[in-house]
Amino acid sequence: MGSQNSIRDMFFEESEELLEQLIDGLGLIAAGQADDETVNAVFRSVHSIKGGAGAFGFSALVDFSHRFETVLDAVRSHRLEASAGIVLTLQRSADFLTDLVERARRGDTETPEQADSFLAALDQCLAGASAPDGLVASAFGFAAQPILLDLGEPATEVFEIRFKPFGRLYSNGHNPAMIVASLADLGETTTHLQTEGMGELADFDPAAPCLGWLIELETSAPETKVREVFDFVDGLCDLHISTRLDEAAAPEPHPQVAPASSGATQASSSPPQSVRPTAEPADNTPKSTLRVELDRVDRLINAVGELIINQSMIAQRLQELRLATDADVVTHVEDYRLLARDIQEAVMAIRAQPVKPLFQRMSRIVREAEEATGKKVKLQTSGEGTEVDKTVVERLSDPLTHMVRNSVDHGLEKPEARLAAGKDPIGTITLSAVHRSGMVVITIRDDGAGLNRPKILEIARSKGLVAPDLELADSEIDALLFMPGFSTADRVSNLSGRGVGLDVVKNAVSTLGGRITIATTPGQGTEFIISLPLTLAVLDGMVVSVAGQTLVIPITSILETIVPEESDVHQFGASDQLLFVRGRYVPLVDVAEGLGLSGGLRDPRKCQVVLMETEEHALVALMVDRIHDQRQVVIKGLESNYGTVPGVSAATVLGDGQVALILDPDVLARNVSPAANSGLLRISEGMPHAVSH
Amino acid sequence: MQSAIDATRLDLEFVAFCTGGQNFSLDISQVREIRRWSPVSSLPHSPEEVLGVMNLRGSVIPIYDLAARFGLPRTPHNERNVVVVAAHGGKTLGLLVESVSEILSVKNEDIQTPPDTRGDSGRQAITGIITTDEGMSRVIDLGAVIGFGGKAPQ
Repeated sequence: MGSQNSIRDMFFEESEELLEQLIDGLGLIAAGQADDETVNAVFRSVHSIKGGAGAFGFSALVDFSHRFETVLDAVRSHRLEASAGIVLTLQRSADFLTDLVERARRGDTETPEQADSFLAALDQCLAGASAPDGLVASAFGFAAQPILLDLGEPATEVFEIRFKPFGRLYSNGHNPAMIVASLADLGETTTHLQTEGMGELADFDPAAPCLGWLIELETSAPETKVREVFDFVDGLCDLHISTRLDEAAAPEPHPQVAPASSGATQASSSPPQSVRPTAEPADNTPKSTLRVELDRVDRLINAVGELIINQSMIAQRLQELRLATDADVVTHVEDYRLLARDIQEAVMAIRAQPVKPLFQRMSRIVREAEEATGKKVKLQTSGEGTEVDKTVVERLSDPLTHMVRNSVDHGLEKPEARLAAGKDPIGTITLSAVHRSGMVVITIRDDGAGLNRPKILEIARSKGLVAPDLELADSEIDALLFMPGFSTADRVSNLSGRGVGLDVVKNAVSTLGGRITIATTPGQGTEFIISLPLTLAVLDGMVVSVAGQTLVIPITSILETIVPEESDVHQFGASDQLLFVRGRYVPLVDVAEGLGLSGGLRDPRKCQVVLMETEEHALVALMVDRIHDQRQVVIKGLESNYGTVPGVSAATVLGDGQVALILDPDVLARNVSPAANSGLLRISEGMPHAVSH
Repeated sequence: MQSAIDATRLDLEFVAFCTGGQNFSLDISQVREIRRWSPVSSLPHSPEEVLGVMNLRGSVIPIYDLAARFGLPRTPHNERNVVVVAAHGGKTLGLLVESVSEILSVKNEDIQTPPDTRGDSGRQAITGIITTDEGMSRVIDLGAVIGFGGKAPQ
C-alpha cells in the first residue's frame, strides 16, 4: 500500500511539472512564438498525464485529457490552425486539467459539472478542423477497441519501421520487446533483427547496443498512432518510419542513406529524428534532478545553522584567549567560518525555487478575471527565473492572486473608458520579480487610471475609518487601502471587493517578513511593490542590548542609528517623548518598557536610538541601552514550543549559546499611538495560554 | 497525551523530583533529558511561571518554574537547580526544579486519584498521588502545567 501511495505521489509531482510545461507551451503558442517542437511538447505533457492517470484509475482525468489531447494532436499535425480562439480554449482546458489533477490528488474522483462545457468547447475546436483521413481515427483511436467510423475504406498500409535503440534507451529502463509488442497491437508485424551495427569481435563493447530491428507493420492506424508508440523513447533511439507506398513513389529511394527525408507522410511536425547525431541527446537532456523530502532539507538547514552558531562560539572563545591574529588556529577558524557560510548558501539554494509557477498561475487568474469583468487584459511577466525560498513562493500564491484580481477589477478601466482616454482598449498588467539587495521585489503594475484618492478618502470617512476632519497626506490615503474592511468597489462584485482583500494581502506579506508599498500615477496606472526576504531561515539583524537582555532588530526597516543630543529630546505630554531628527519630531519608544522588561522610564540621553520606518511609513525611534553590531542570525520560531509573543517575531541563538529575541518593531511602534495601545494590551492579556485554545 | 497516566499500562515509571518543598513526578516517557541550569532569556508579557527561553542544541525552548506554576514562591537561584526537559504534544519544554531524586516504579492501581480540595490553582495539573518512602509524590499533567490541552477537573 505504501509503495502504491508513493508512486501515486510521484505521479502528482510529475503532473505538476507536466502542467507547468503545458501552460508554458500554450503561453508560447498564444504569443505566436511556438515552433513544432513546442506543440509536440504540449501534446506530450497531456499525453503523459493521461497515461499516469489511467494507471491510477482517475477516469475523469483520463477522459478529459484524452479529448484535450485529440485537439492538440490536430494542432500538431496542422489539421487545426492555432487561432486565438482555439488557443484560448486550450488554455482554459489546461486550467481545467490543473483542477482535475488537484481533485484527483484530493481523492475526489467525481467528474465536476463544468467538464461537459469544457469538453463541448474542445469538440467545437475539432469541428472547425479540416478533416482529412485519419482525423476521426486519431481522435477516437485511443479507446480500447478502435472504432472504425464510416469514413470510407480504412485502407491498410505497410509501415517499415527501422528502430535502433541507443544505450540510454536501455539505461532509462525501456524494453524494445515491449515496443514491438505495442506495435503488434496495431496490426500484423514481421520483425527482422538487424545486426549491421555489430563489428569485429575484437572491437566488441558489451555495454554498447549494436542491434536494431526492422519491423514491417501492416495496419489501418495512421502514422501518428505508429509514432506514438515511440513517444517515450523519443531521442533515445534511431527511428525511421516509412510506408511501402511512399518508397515506391519516392524518386530516389535510399532508405539506408537518408531515410528520414524519404517519406511524404513523415509528419512535418515531428523533427527528423534520424539526423540527430548520437552524441547530441546528452546536451538535450534536462539537468538531472533529485526529489527529496522537504523535511530532510530542513534538517540539513537546521544542522548548518547550528554549525554556524558553533563556529561563532569557537571564534568568541579564541578571541577571549587573546591569541596573535596570525596564529594558525585563528586562520583555521576563519576558514571554518567561510566553509560554513558556503555550506549554508548551498543548502539555502536547495530550498530556493523560481517564481515561475507562481506567475503562471496568475495568467489563469487574469483569464478568469477577464471573463468576470468583461475587460480585456494582457499579462506580461518578467524575471520568472528569480528564485525565492519555497515557502515564500507557496505562501505568496493567495496574496498575489488577490492583487492580480484586484488590478483587473479595480485597477484597469473598462475598454470604453480606456479608448476615451486615448489608451489601448486592452489593459496591461505587468508582473515582475527581481533580486535587489538581499530581498526579492515583486511588482504588480497595471496601466489603469491610477488610484482615485478623493474617492478613497471619502469611502474611508463614510466607513468611519478616518475622522471626518482629518487631513491626510497622499501616501497616507494610499495606505488606507490596506485597512481591514476597506473596499472601493461601488458594489460587491464576485471577483474582489468584499472588503477582505488588501489587508489580508498585507498581513500575509508581513508574516513572511516582507513589506508592501503602493505607487500610483493618475491616468497611468498603479504599482504594488512587495519586497520579501529571500529566505525565512536567516535575517540580517542589529544586535542591541536592552535592560540586560540581548535583542535583535531586523535590519530591513532600520534607517539609521543615533546617539541623541540632550537638546533633541522633548517631553510631549505627561509620559511621551519626541526626538528631533532631521527636522522632524519622531516618537521615542522605550523598548524595555514596550516589552515589559523593566519598570519606569529611563533617561533617553543615556541611551542609543535606532530610527526605523514602520509599515505605515511613519518614523519611530526605538530606545535601547546599547547597539552592538550587525550580523546575520538564524531564525528560530517560538511558536513550535511556546506560542506567539507580542512584539517578538522569533528568536535566535547567539555566539555564546544564549537565546536572543528578534523584535517585531512594527508592533512595538504601534504601541505609540493610543488607539493601538489598547490593541497590544488586548493581545498580551491572553498570552500565551490563549494561543492554544 | 491527555493524561500523564496511561491506564492500559500496568507498570509505570516516573521521574521524581523536588521543588518548593514538595515532591512531584512525571511519566518517564515524557522526559527527554535532565540538564544543568543555564541562564535563560526572559520573554516579554509572559506569565509568572515562564522564566524565559533557553537554547537546547539549536531549539528554543521555554522554561517553566514548576514551583511558581503551583502557586509556590519562585524557585530561588541555585547552581544545583536542574532543568527537566520534557515533551508534550510535539512541544519541547523545560521544567526548573531544585533536584531530581529517583525513578519510581509503580503499579497502576497504586496511583491514587487526588481528592477534591478547595480551589487550588495548581490542583487540576495533578492527576495522581503516589505513596513513596519519603511521603507522597504528585503526578503532574504536563499539558495542564503548560496550559495546553489541560484536563478539566473531574
